[in-house]
Amino acid sequence: MASKLDELLEQGPIAINIGVQDFAESLQNQGAEVVQVNWAPPAGGDPELIELLEQLL
Amino acid sequence: MTTGYIIRKNEYHDSVFLMRVGRRLSEHKGVLQAAALMGTEKNKGLLAEIGVSGAEISAATPNDLILAVQAENQQTLTAVLENIDPWLHPDAGRAIRPAIRTLDEAIAHQPHSNVAVISVPGAYAAREAQKTLEHGLNVFLFSGNVPVESELALKEYARERGLIVMGPDCGTAIIRGIGIGFANVVRRGPIGVIGASGTGMQEFTTLVHRAGTGISHAIGTGSRDLSDAIRGISFLSALDALESDAQSEVIVILSKPPGAQTLEMLAARILRCRKPVVACFLGLRKDLPVANIPYYPARNLDEAAGLAVQIATGNPPPCFQVNSPELGALIRGERSGMMPQQKYIRGIFAGGTFCYQAQQILQDDGIVVNSNAPLEGNRQLFDPMRSVEHTLVDMGADDFTAARPHPMIDPSLRRERILAEAQDPQVAVLLLDFILGFNSSADPAGELAPAIVEAKDKARRRGGYLSVVASLCGTEEDPQGLEQQVKRLEEAGVVVFPSSARAAMFCARVATKLREGSYGE
Repeated sequence: MASKLDELLEQGPIAINIGVQDFAESLQNQGAEVVQVNWAPPAGGDPELIELLEQLL
Repeated sequence: MTTGYIIRKNEYHDSVFLMRVGRRLSEHKGVLQAAALMGTEKNKGLLAEIGVSGAEISAATPNDLILAVQAENQQTLTAVLENIDPWLHPDAGRAIRPAIRTLDEAIAHQPHSNVAVISVPGAYAAREAQKTLEHGLNVFLFSGNVPVESELALKEYARERGLIVMGPDCGTAIIRGIGIGFANVVRRGPIGVIGASGTGMQEFTTLVHRAGTGISHAIGTGSRDLSDAIRGISFLSALDALESDAQSEVIVILSKPPGAQTLEMLAARILRCRKPVVACFLGLRKDLPVANIPYYPARNLDEAAGLAVQIATGNPPPCFQVNSPELGALIRGERSGMMPQQKYIRGIFAGGTFCYQAQQILQDDGIVVNSNAPLEGNRQLFDPMRSVEHTLVDMGADDFTAARPHPMIDPSLRRERILAEAQDPQVAVLLLDFILGFNSSADPAGELAPAIVEAKDKARRRGGYLSVVASLCGTEEDPQGLEQQVKRLEEAGVVVFPSSARAAMFCARVATKLREGSYGE
């Protein structure tokens, strides 16, 4: 059975880009499908709050 | 001179975007210095070092944007800080998609997605990667600074589900002709490659392209994958996939030496592989632990590319002759203006693998070097900022990239280092690398050429001659254009080679001749 990695090689990248927007732009310029997530640090970047949220979810 | 800053609450931008904003601001008339960064503790510390501090800065969070500007006068400062939007969004409206803030929204928007490309700060990277794996996506994890235990957990989770984690610290992949991260425009073809090093894969794929054939897929694994802590989980997944991939006829493995147990396991897997395997373990000084396995060992990236091309096409590419009369004449020419005290090579690398490979090549010629990333048998540089005798520096290492983009994007530190090396009258050769392709600097040669000319001038004013030798990794189809970049460097007096190995071999020859004491004949 084909794995998800086999599928990726067969189809080419259909990407969700989380972070540096340039990476999404270069994928798009090469004709790949890509969605950019405008990411920001969770919980305002407060490590204690992030840990607390992880435990709650 | 006056300094000021502005803080935008809850406005997050990535570091590459911010570097560009900072650079645009710095180039504005009347602005002496500018920084655009997020309010992390590290960044706030950097601002304090240049005298920018205050209660608002102390209170800023990693989600808050800080723009700090030092200007010639108050008028310029006010003009910049009161009208900051055009600096932040000079090309407003270029946004790729409607604003999407979460992974769930992205998947709803594009439900057939098959890979997540993640480049968030290291502290958040494993969390984001785990979420995307849970949604059944393969992961290309560009972020560094991910703890090894998180890497192992992510990779085990992925492997059990038929997914791959390329990374962490993965710079390059080419999947079905589409480059992810730092990648060059190369022809599609019969050679599949798996690599622990991004620049190593860039060099390999461009050499294959320039030899007239092409790449089926290039799969990055992250630099630690073949350590005994990770046991090659992503390498094995990639090897399985390339073995069943119809287009891949030859499989190439590029890495530093694997951990002892992992090497044994990998050798056993290569033994079972139905396709020919070329393996280049840079720095490995012994044979694989399993005897008579049907693989082709390569000592460097050029050899790996040559072997792969030969197997795939039946025609070996022309061999590099370091002892040819033409190169001999070039070496004599470079040495001819040098003074007796000029004897050392200083390598200032953007690509970590190029730094490593050059050390191996110099070592083969009996040249011991100092480095911030020393190969076994070489010396650890006491202070990465200061060269001693023969020194090769990996400027992409953590010593240099904390709170600033990689030297493949941001040339400023390499520029400073070139000028610093030029102060030392004992330096004979500067060895540089230039890497083209998607997401690299738009004009790597043009950005360093003025510093190279200045460095050569300094040596000339002392009565000597500074040889500058460079390799250029790229193809004519890359956004920067190979030929144009070569021309720019040659105009600055640089001896340009088409690969890092060749440039290092040339430097080794020059240094050996200098050691033998033959100057300027």
